[in-house]
Amino acid sequence: MKVLVTVKEVASAGDDFTIEGTGIAESDLEYDLNEWDDYAVEAAVQLAEAGVADEVVGVTIGPERAEETIRMALAKGVDRAIRVWDDAFATGFPDVASKVDVFEAVVAEEEPDLVLSGVQAADDGFGATGVALAERIGFEHAAVVNHLDLDADAGLANVHRELEGGVEELTEVDLPAVLTVQTGLNEPRYASLRGIRQAQRKEIAATTLDDLGLTAEDVESALTLTSMYEPESESDAELIEGDAGEAATRLATILREKGVGA
Amino acid sequence: MSDVLAVAEHRRGELRDVSAEVIMAGRELADALGGDLHLAVVAGDVDTFADELNREGVDAIHTVAEGEEFDHNVYQAAIAAVLDGTDAAAVVAPNSVNGLDYAPAVAEQHGLPLVTDAIDFEYDDGLTVTREMYGSKVETSVAVEGDRFALTIREGEWEPAAGEGDAPIEPVAIDSVESGARVAGFEEVGGGDVDIADADVLVSVGRGIEEEDNLELVEELAEALGATLSASRPIVDSGWLPKNRQVGQSGKVVTPDVYLAVGISGAVQHVTGMKGSDTIIAINSDPNAPIFDIADYGIVGDLFDVVPALIEEFE
Ligand SMILES: Cc1cc2nc3c(=O)[nH]c(=O)nc-3n(C[C@H](O)[C@H](O)[C@H](O)COP(=O)(O)OP(=O)(O)OC[C@H]3O[C@@H](n4cnc5c(N)ncnc54)[C@H](O)[C@@H]3O)c2cc1C
Repeated sequence: MKVLVTVKEVASAGDDFTIEGTGIAESDLEYDLNEWDDYAVEAAVQLAEAGVADEVVGVTIGPERAEETIRMALAKGVDRAIRVWDDAFATGFPDVASKVDVFEAVVAEEEPDLVLSGVQAADDGFGATGVALAERIGFEHAAVVNHLDLDADAGLANVHRELEGGVEELTEVDLPAVLTVQTGLNEPRYASLRGIRQAQRKEIAATTLDDLGLTAEDVESALTLTSMYEPESESDAELIEGDAGEAATRLATILREKGVGA
Repeated sequence: MSDVLAVAEHRRGELRDVSAEVIMAGRELADALGGDLHLAVVAGDVDTFADELNREGVDAIHTVAEGEEFDHNVYQAAIAAVLDGTDAAAVVAPNSVNGLDYAPAVAEQHGLPLVTDAIDFEYDDGLTVTREMYGSKVETSVAVEGDRFALTIREGEWEPAAGEGDAPIEPVAIDSVESGARVAGFEEVGGGDVDIADADVLVSVGRGIEEEDNLELVEELAEALGATLSASRPIVDSGWLPKNRQVGQSGKVVTPDVYLAVGISGAVQHVTGMKGSDTIIAINSDPNAPIFDIADYGIVGDLFDVVPALIEEFE
């Protein structure tokens, strides 16, 4: 079977950051592979190692800069990758449907039996792309999967969906399916030196909307980011000043007043 | 003018609290749009749930008695039937694990722009949703085009709807659903010898601890303070501590007298599990870490300096 993994390079804000317009200043952003996608990649690579998947293809919507991150997924065992980009994604705030437009076209070309996505992207925390994609392409789906047992012959995925409050739902999902992967599903590997070397020779196919038979209008977003600001603090935390020793002394006093360690 | 459809949530025979919050958010939207608020109650003991949720502000309740537990295919079919039979054009659902299993599919199916994890919204010629980004470090406003949309709301951000309502309760019939995702049961995880929910004092450790070997440091602190050790999710995902130590949405909800967060950023799914603590103290090197927004006392500093100094104070 063929597995398609959606991966995203996500930005995080450094300790000190400034907001410029409706975004964080480029120099204050750090980029990395989305944590949830790292678990999706690991799940896909394990399926390949177990002989269940014949090929693992990664797909990302991202600028050229993202290739470095995507290459990490290749170094971990993804066979090849597709990187789709259009300036429309850089200037606007893509909505779920426009991302799904892209992934739908890629699915039509690749014809995977299983799509693995992360539960959410750490930067915008939308948590919707995988499930919306499943609906669009007529796949079954399960969201927030933290246990996966695939029975390819029976065409089934036995999954646990992690609900709130320490309860897991045990669900049998028909293939083909989209599963959104929760952290803890497995132990993502570190890329080996050999993997990193091999990744240099693996393909990352730079793909335009045109290549996919789409136009900029197709992926026009119904959402606009109109402002970004630092949230107002809800509490008046007393910030304890001084070096580590002084701060510890003050904190010890507070703790003793609360009856701790007394 | 258009109506709004809110969707209730229940699990294993119990309504979840967020159901009443979805009603409140739905009512606000319906007022803004000048329409009625419909409530869909799907699967399980729909009549009891509908009675319980017949609160002030609800104009009509639609019950769909198909199946016992949550199944996204049933929810999708039920919501499609209600949208079809009413003037509702906006859907409000919880941003819960199950909400995220059907709301994106519903939005896609009906061509509705979707905004998830709303913490607030305003309506003025159009909907503008407040939501966080970058692990709660910033808030954003997201403007939505048009008056048809789907929205999922963060749990605990809206007051629960109260009072007695007198909405008519109408059963809606749908064709039986051959689901391709079948629930076989449930499993409780995170049992074991320690119940962190019983502790008066918790020392809670997060990814700032960096390595498993460094856990000794916080174990020592917990011992010095007579506290119990708990953790954020990454520590448990990494297998450094067992699941029964995890605080948060998918772990335990704790309300100790003192909660000392060491190297924890304060992501919403973590904060859900500990914001009810009497006194919250945070040690974090990032002055912008959202944990400081809910803390009573904070030390901006390196835990590898502060924690050893604190241990010394109690020796
Ligand atoms: C569906 C779902 C359910 C979830 N359920 C849970 C849950 O139940 N519980 C939970 O905790 N999370 C949960 N999460 C994950 C959550 O979103 C966060 O990823 C997680 O809480 C982050 O943990 P953290 O704060 O330890 O790590 P990070 O966010 O990485 O924060 C580490 C912090 O340590 C600080 N730090 C680093 N080095 C030092 C140092 N030397 N000294 C002092 N400070 C330092 C950093 O400044 C940072 O603030 C869930 C997510 C999803 C999507």
